[in-house]
Amino acid sequence: MRIKAQTAMVINLDKCLGCHTCSVTCKNTWTNRPGAEYMWWNNVETRPGTGYPKQWENQDKYRGGWLLKNGKPALRAGNRVNRLLHIFHNPDQPLLDDYYEPWTYNYERLTGQPAGRRQPVARPESLLAGKYMDLTWGPNWEDDLAGTHITGLQDANLRGVEEAVCRDFQRIFMAYLPRTCAHCLNPACVAACPSGAIYKRDEDGIVLVDQQACRGWRFCVSACPYKKIYYNWQTNKAEKCIFCFPRLESGLPATCAETCAGRVRYLGLVLYDADAVAEAAAAPEEKEICRRQRDIFLDPAGPNIIRQAEADGIPADWLEAARRSPVYKLAVEWGVALPLHPEYRTLPMVWYIPPLSPLAAACGGGQNTLFPAVDEMRLPVHYLANLLAAGDGAPVRAVLKKLIALRIYMRALNLGKEPDRRVLADNGLDEETARDMYHLLAVAKYSDRFAVPPAHRELAAGLAVKQGSCGLDFRAGPAAGR
Amino acid sequence: MAEKKSPLLNKLRFFRPRERYAGGWSEASPGGREWEEAYRARWQHDKVVRSTHGVNCTGSCSWNIFVKDGLVTWENQCTDYPSTGPGMPEFEPRGCPRGAGFSWYLYSPLRVKYPYVRGVLMQMWREELAVAGDPVAAWAAIVEDPERAKRYKSARGKGGFERASWDDVLTLTAAALIYTIKKYGPDRVFGFSPIPAMSMVSYAAGSRFLSLIGAPLLSFYDWYCDLPPASPQIWGDQTDVPESSDWFNAGYLLVWGSNLPMTRTPDAHFMTEARYRGTGVTAVSPDYAEYVKFADHWLAPRPGTDAALALAMGHVILKEFYVDKPDEYFIHYAKNYTDLPFLIILEDKDGALTAGRFLNAADLGIKTNNAAWKTVVFDASAGKPCVPRGSLGFRWGGRGKWNLHLQDEDGRPIEPGLGLLGVEDAVVTVKLPYFEPGGCRMLERAVLAKRLEVDGEAVYVTTVYDLVLASYGIDRGLGNGSPGSYDDPAPFTPAWQEAITGVDRREVIKVAREFAQNAAETKGRSMIVMGAGINHWYHADTIYRAIINLLLLTGCQGVNGGGWAHYVGQEKLRPVEGWQTVAFARDWSLPPRLMNGTSFFYFATGQWRYEDGPVEKPAPPPVPAPRYRHCADYNVLAARLGWLPAYPQFDSNPLELYRQAVAHGAKAPAEVASYVAGELKKGTLRFALEDPDDPRNFPRVLFVWRANLISSSGKGHEYFLKHLLGTSNGLLEDDRAGLRPEEIKWHEQAPEGKLDLLVDLEFRMSGTALYSDIVLPAATWYEKSDLSSTDMHPFVHPFNPAVPPQWASRSDWDIFKELARVFSGLAKRHFDGPCREVVTTPLMHDSPDELAQPGGRIRDWRRGDGEPVPGRTMPHIHVVERDYSLVDAKMTALGPLAGEKPLGVKGIAWPAAEEYQALKQMLGTVRTPGVARGCPDISTDRRAAQAILTLSSTTNGRVAVRAWQSLEEKTGLELKDLAAERAEDHFTFDGITSKPETVITSPAFSGSEKGGRRYSPFTTNVERRIPWRTLTGRQHFYLDHELLLEFGEALATYKPVLAHRPFNQPGGRPQAKGRELVLNYLTPHNKWSIHSMYFDALPMLTLFRGGPVIWLNKDDADGAGIGDNDWIECFNRHGVVVARAVVTPRLPRGMAYMYHAQDRTINVPGTAITGERGGTHNSPTRIHVKPTHMIGGYAQLSYGFNYYGPTGNQRDLNVIVRKLEGVDWLED
Repeated sequence: MRIKAQTAMVINLDKCLGCHTCSVTCKNTWTNRPGAEYMWWNNVETRPGTGYPKQWENQDKYRGGWLLKNGKPALRAGNRVNRLLHIFHNPDQPLLDDYYEPWTYNYERLTGQPAGRRQPVARPESLLAGKYMDLTWGPNWEDDLAGTHITGLQDANLRGVEEAVCRDFQRIFMAYLPRTCAHCLNPACVAACPSGAIYKRDEDGIVLVDQQACRGWRFCVSACPYKKIYYNWQTNKAEKCIFCFPRLESGLPATCAETCAGRVRYLGLVLYDADAVAEAAAAPEEKEICRRQRDIFLDPAGPNIIRQAEADGIPADWLEAARRSPVYKLAVEWGVALPLHPEYRTLPMVWYIPPLSPLAAACGGGQNTLFPAVDEMRLPVHYLANLLAAGDGAPVRAVLKKLIALRIYMRALNLGKEPDRRVLADNGLDEETARDMYHLLAVAKYSDRFAVPPAHRELAAGLAVKQGSCGLDFRAGPAAGR
Repeated sequence: MAEKKSPLLNKLRFFRPRERYAGGWSEASPGGREWEEAYRARWQHDKVVRSTHGVNCTGSCSWNIFVKDGLVTWENQCTDYPSTGPGMPEFEPRGCPRGAGFSWYLYSPLRVKYPYVRGVLMQMWREELAVAGDPVAAWAAIVEDPERAKRYKSARGKGGFERASWDDVLTLTAAALIYTIKKYGPDRVFGFSPIPAMSMVSYAAGSRFLSLIGAPLLSFYDWYCDLPPASPQIWGDQTDVPESSDWFNAGYLLVWGSNLPMTRTPDAHFMTEARYRGTGVTAVSPDYAEYVKFADHWLAPRPGTDAALALAMGHVILKEFYVDKPDEYFIHYAKNYTDLPFLIILEDKDGALTAGRFLNAADLGIKTNNAAWKTVVFDASAGKPCVPRGSLGFRWGGRGKWNLHLQDEDGRPIEPGLGLLGVEDAVVTVKLPYFEPGGCRMLERAVLAKRLEVDGEAVYVTTVYDLVLASYGIDRGLGNGSPGSYDDPAPFTPAWQEAITGVDRREVIKVAREFAQNAAETKGRSMIVMGAGINHWYHADTIYRAIINLLLLTGCQGVNGGGWAHYVGQEKLRPVEGWQTVAFARDWSLPPRLMNGTSFFYFATGQWRYEDGPVEKPAPPPVPAPRYRHCADYNVLAARLGWLPAYPQFDSNPLELYRQAVAHGAKAPAEVASYVAGELKKGTLRFALEDPDDPRNFPRVLFVWRANLISSSGKGHEYFLKHLLGTSNGLLEDDRAGLRPEEIKWHEQAPEGKLDLLVDLEFRMSGTALYSDIVLPAATWYEKSDLSSTDMHPFVHPFNPAVPPQWASRSDWDIFKELARVFSGLAKRHFDGPCREVVTTPLMHDSPDELAQPGGRIRDWRRGDGEPVPGRTMPHIHVVERDYSLVDAKMTALGPLAGEKPLGVKGIAWPAAEEYQALKQMLGTVRTPGVARGCPDISTDRRAAQAILTLSSTTNGRVAVRAWQSLEEKTGLELKDLAAERAEDHFTFDGITSKPETVITSPAFSGSEKGGRRYSPFTTNVERRIPWRTLTGRQHFYLDHELLLEFGEALATYKPVLAHRPFNQPGGRPQAKGRELVLNYLTPHNKWSIHSMYFDALPMLTLFRGGPVIWLNKDDADGAGIGDNDWIECFNRHGVVVARAVVTPRLPRGMAYMYHAQDRTINVPGTAITGERGGTHNSPTRIHVKPTHMIGGYAQLSYGFNYYGPTGNQRDLNVIVRKLEGVDWLED
C-alpha cells in the first residue's frame, strides 16, 4: 500500500442553480486571453443536451477514456505505436465547431459611427477570423432547454429513456451539470501524451500540462473522455483546469468552488492507495467500477492509515484536513456522491450528488405526501444512472431515497414532531448521520464546504533565499527573450 | 525538486520508461515544476478592494475587486458577512455570473471614455455661441428655431457623436437649464434615476442638484411595475419583505412567478437548502422555469390567471380551516391583525344590497375626535358595536392610543367576533361583482347582517369576514348562492378555476391544504415568494390581493418563515432618513418635487393619445356608466384633487405664477395658495395635464443617470422615440382612432420631439446613451465611493474605488457637483438675486393628508362638489425661494435644516441636532464665506455617504432609540428596547469597508433584527401591536374607496387579462406574409443580464446566444415554419422587434418570452416592416394605466413617491410573430 493525498470535489446537483458563476470567475482568472477564448475550463451544461463540446460523451466519436482489454485498461484511442502513427493527424479531435467559434462585437461603432440615417449597431465578429459572423453555436447554446428537442436527442444519457423527456412539455425535465477537469486517479490524458508533458502532482494529485514541455500533439484532447483539455491556438499548447493550484497552495478553495452562488461545491482531500488504482480501473463489470474506486479510498481516521500516511510523507496538517474532508463524508462515508461516467475508467475525482425533481405529472401520485417518491419524479432515474453509475439505477435510487428520508426526518424535527426513525434506518441512516448530513448539505458553512490545507513549500530547498527574491525574476524579465 | 530538463530531452522522454505507479498507468510529477510559477504569477495581485455593483437587481452583493499591475483583472465575492448564527446557512458567497463579469466593462470598447455631444447640435451651438456670446442666448437661438431644433432632434440615435471637453458640455447643459427655468419654469426639467438603494450617493448626486433648482424627480418603482399596489392597499406600506435567509425558516414555500435561481441568484440557496430541513416547495409557473427544478410540485396555470388559482385555494382554506373545522390560531390572528371583524355598511341600491364603506364612530353618533376615521367591530359578548384602537383616527389625533390592543378609547377590553354567526339580525342577499371575459355580472349571495341605526336611519351592516365568505362562495347553510362542492364550477371553487387556469382541481386542493396545514402546525411558517411573473399585469393588484389573502387567512404575515416575499425591484434603502435629507436637499429647502413616473411618461410620450377602448375592456366595471371612459381623464381627476403629483404643474411658469399672485396682492404663502386655487376654479389657470401637447407644457430637459430609460425601462419604446425625442421610430399605429378624453385638450397634430435636451451619465454606450444629446462619462462601480443595501439581506456595505475613474470619467457626485458650479456661475448673470416660485405637492401618505376624504367619497370641486381647498380637495400649494447662484455652495455642504428640522419617516419625527454637530466634527466644515460656511462638508461622495450613515436610524443606534421613543409617544407602547442593545453602534464608512454591518432595528421598517434575528416584515406589528398604517390599523381584505367600489374591487377578485389584440384597424397592419403566430407577449427578467446591464457585455453574450432572442414553444414555432435560431420579427401596433428564435419544449404553447431589456445596440438587423432597425423588447409594448391606482388622499391610499400610484404594466399584450425574410443590417 502506498498512500497518496488527492484534492477532490463534490458537486451537489440537487442545489445547482445553473447560474454559471463558476464558469465566469474561472474564465476571468485563467482563460480570458487570446488563444484561450473558447476554453471554459469550467462549464455548466443544461441536460438533456449535447453539451460542450458537442456530444463529448460519445466515445464512439472521440474515442476518449479507457477500455478493458485482456482484463487491463487500455486507451480507447489505441496503443502507443498506433497513436504515434497518427501523430500528425488525429482523427478523433473535436473541431472548433464542436466547441464554438469565439466572437466579439465591433462595439466601437456605437460611439464612432458618423451621422447617418440609421441607428448604429454592434455586430458579432469572429475573434479568430476578424470578420462578421453569423452566430450558430456557443459554449452554452442549450441553456435552459433552448433547442433541446433537437440537440438534446444527442445526449448519450438518453439511452433507454423515452425521447418524450426532450420534447413533450408535460414530460420534460431540466438538470444542470457543471463540469471541470476531474483530476482523475487514472488519467487518460497523462497516458496519451507523447511528450510526457502531463503529470499528476505527487502531493495533491492535481493533473497539469507542463507548458514548457507540451509540444501540442493534442492526444490528450481526444484521450480525455470529458473533453477537459483544450488546445491554445496562440501558444500551440494544451491547457486545462489547474484546480486553481496557486489558490489551493495558499489554503484557499478553487475559484469555481468558492464563488459558487448555489454553494454546491465541496472541496477536500481524499487519501487513497496508489497501488490499488490499476485494479480498480480494471473492474470487469462497468457497474463495479464506482464501488471499486470507493474501496481504494482510505479512512483518514484509521490509526494504521495515519501511520502509513505519515511514513509516506503526508504532513500532519494534511492528515487533519483529510479527517475534516467533506468529500470523504459525502462520497465515501455516506455514499451520496457518485462519479461522472465511471465507465470511462479514469477514476475521476469530481463527484456528484444527483438531483431530486418535481412530481412527474399532475396527480400521477404523491397525493398524500409532501415529497414525491423517487420513481414519481420527472428526472428519470435511468438518465441519472447513465450519467453517474454506468447505467446502474440502484446506486442512484439509493442516494435519492436517502435525500428524501433526510427531508422527512428533518421535517418532523422542524415541526417539533416525533420523527419516524424507521425511514432513516430503511435507507441506511441513523439520526446522528442524518443530522451531520443535514448540516453539510443545508447549513454548509464555508469551513464545512472547504477543507483545504496549504502547501508545504518549505519542503523545497533554499527558501531563505527565495523569501527575499520571489517575484523578482529579472532573468525572465522583458529583456530575457531578446 | 529536480532540475528541469531541456525541451529536446523532454520530447525524447516519450520513448523512455518513466516513474510510474498503479501498474504503469499513472505517473507522478516527472521533472522540475518551475513552470508552475507562470500560473502562480497570474493569481498574484497588487491589492483587493471591497466594492459592489450598483445594478438594479436587489442583490447588493459585496465583492472583492482584484487589482493587478494597476488594472482591475477580476472580481470574486466577499465571504465575510456577519453570521446568521450556527444553525443556518450564511449569506456568503453573494454574487452571480453577471456581477462576476463586470470587470469586462472597465477597459472594453463599449466604455464611454469622454464627454460626447451629437455633432449636429455641437456645431449649431458653437456657431450660435460665437454670434450671441452668451450661452443661454445661444441655446434659445437653437431651440426656438423649429428647423434647427428638428435637425438635431431627428438625428437622435443615429450616430455622429463628437468628443467634447467637460467645460463645453457643462456650459451647454447649464445654459439649457437656465433657459428652461426662465422661459417655462424649473418644473419642466426632470431627472430619472432608479433604485437609490443600489448606489444611494450616486442617486443623491443628481436628485440633490435637481431638487435645489426645483426640478422634479421621476419615480421608477411604480413605473417599472415592480411596485405591488396591493401592498399599500393591504398594509399601507410600500413593500416590506423578509430577507432571503428567512426563507430557510419556512415550513412550506410556495414560489409563485418568481424565478429564484435566475433573478435571485445569490439568495436562491436558502430555498434549495430549506428543502433538506423538510420544507415543502411548490412552484407556480406557466413554463418549466428554473425554480421549477427545485420544487416538489409544479402547478402550471395559464399566464395571468393566477388570481383564479389563488381564490380557489382561498376557497379551500376558508371552508376547511374556518367553517368546517375552525383553526384556533387562524381565528385568533384574523381577529387581532386583520380587518375581518370590522363592520361594513350594506347600501341599498335600487332595492338590492351592495357592500359599501366601513362603519365608523361618527355613524354611531359617538363623540370623539376624528370620529369618521375610527372604524367599528361588533363585540359579541357586549352585544354591541365597539370602536377599538389602532384605526386612522387614533393615528392622527390624540396621543398614545394608536395601537392594536383590543380596547376601546377608554381602555375597556373588546372581544370582536369573527363574523355575525349567532348574533345576526337577518340573512340578507348581497350583490357581489364577478368578472368574466364577457363583462361583469352580479352574484347574489346570502350574508349575515345586523340592523343598526345610522344618522337616524336603519341600515344593515355586516362584517368583512361575512362578505369574504360570501364572495369566496363558501356554503354556510345560509341558503342561496353558494356552490355546493369543490366540483361545482361556480366562483371561486377549485372546479371553477380549472376552466380558467388549466390546473387540475385536485392539485389546487392538495396544495391549499398543505399550505394551510403547515401554517396551522407551525403557527404561520408558510411563505409565498412572489414576483414579476404575476406583478406586471394590468390587474396585478387583484392577483396579489388574492394571493396575499392566503397568508392573512393562515396567520403567516409578521411571522419569521412566513408571509409574502415579493422581490421585484430593489427598494429597501436602509439608511433612509439621512439619505432623504441629502438626496432631496431637505437640508436646504422643502418640499422637493417628486413626480410619479407612470403618469409622466404616459403623457410625455403621447401614449394617452392611442387608447383603443374604454376602461377595462373586455370586462368593464360593474357600474352602468363609469365616471370616464378614458384612463387619462382619471389621471386629470387625480391631479386636480391632489391624489397624484402632476409636474409640469400648470400652464404657467411657477416663477411667473408667484409674481402674478404677488401682483394680485398675495403676501403670505396661504394667500398665494388661495390665489392659485381661485385662478384654477375660474379656469384662468389650468393644470398642465389638461393640455399636455401645448408646447408650454412639454418636459424640456431630462437627465438620466444610473439607468437605461430608452432601451430598458421605456415601455412604449417607439412612443418615446416619436413623441418625446422626435426621431425615427417604428410605431405602426396612428392616433386618429384613439379614444378622445373629456378632460384633456386634443390637438389634431401630436407634437414630436418635445424634449429639448437629453443628458445621460453612463459608462457604457447603452441605448439611452446612443439616443442622448449629451453623454457624460461616468465612473464605474469600481471607481467611486458609495453605499449599498437591499431587502434581500440586512447589511450595509460600500463601494470603493479599486482604480481611479479611468479616462475622462467622473463619479456621479463629481459630475453634478461640477454642473452645479457651472450652473451657478451662469445663473449669477441671468437672475437678479433670489426668486420665488409656487410648488404644488399631492396629499401625502403618512401625513394627516390621509384624512382628506371622509368615507372615501370623491368630491370634485370642478364639478361643483365643494370648493378647491389646497391640501384638502386639491394639491398643497407652497412658496419656495430659489437662489440659483447658490446651488453650487449648497450642493456640497449639509445645510442647517438637517440639524434644525426634525428628521423622520412614516409619520414620526425626532430631533437630529446632535448628529448634525457630530458631522461637523467627522467631516469638517466649509470654510468658504457664504451661505454654506460652517456647515458639514459633503464635497465628496465618501463624505456624503458618511452623512447618510450618521443621520439614519438603521445605521446609528442613538438615532434608532430616539426614533422608537417617538413611536412610543404615538402608540403608548414600549418599543425602544428593540434598539437599546445597539444604542452605541454608529456605522462609519471605514468600518463597513472592513466588513459589512447588520442594520439596527428601527421603526423605518416593520421587522426586528434584535438579537441577530432574521428580518421578517410586520413582526413588530404582530408582536408589539404597532398598527399597520391603514384605515383600520389592521391588514385589509376590504377597500372601501368610492372608486374601488365602482370598479368592483372592494374585495380580492379575479379579472381576466385585457388581451389587447395586436392591431385594431386592419389598415395599420403590415401585410401578412407566410405563416404567422399570435402570442401573448411576456418580458420576464433575463438570465444573462440585469435589465440591459451585462446584456451588452461579451462574457454574458457568449454564455448564451450572442444577441436578442425570443423564446417560443416548439410546436408553435413549427406551425409558423420557424426553426431554432431563425431570425424572427415580432410586432403589433406599438412597434417591431427583431430577434433570433429560441425554440424549446420548456414553454407551453401560446406565449412568447422576450427576456427583458435586450438592448437594441447589439446584433439587431433591420425589419422591412418599418424600414428601420428592429427595436427593443419594449417596442411591441405600451403601458395601461389603471384608474384605481390613482386614488389618493384617503387613508393608506395616499400618494407616496415610489410608494403608491399607477403602475407601468405592459403584460396584457399580444404580438404577431413570423420568420424574418432576409437579414438587412442597414449599414448605409
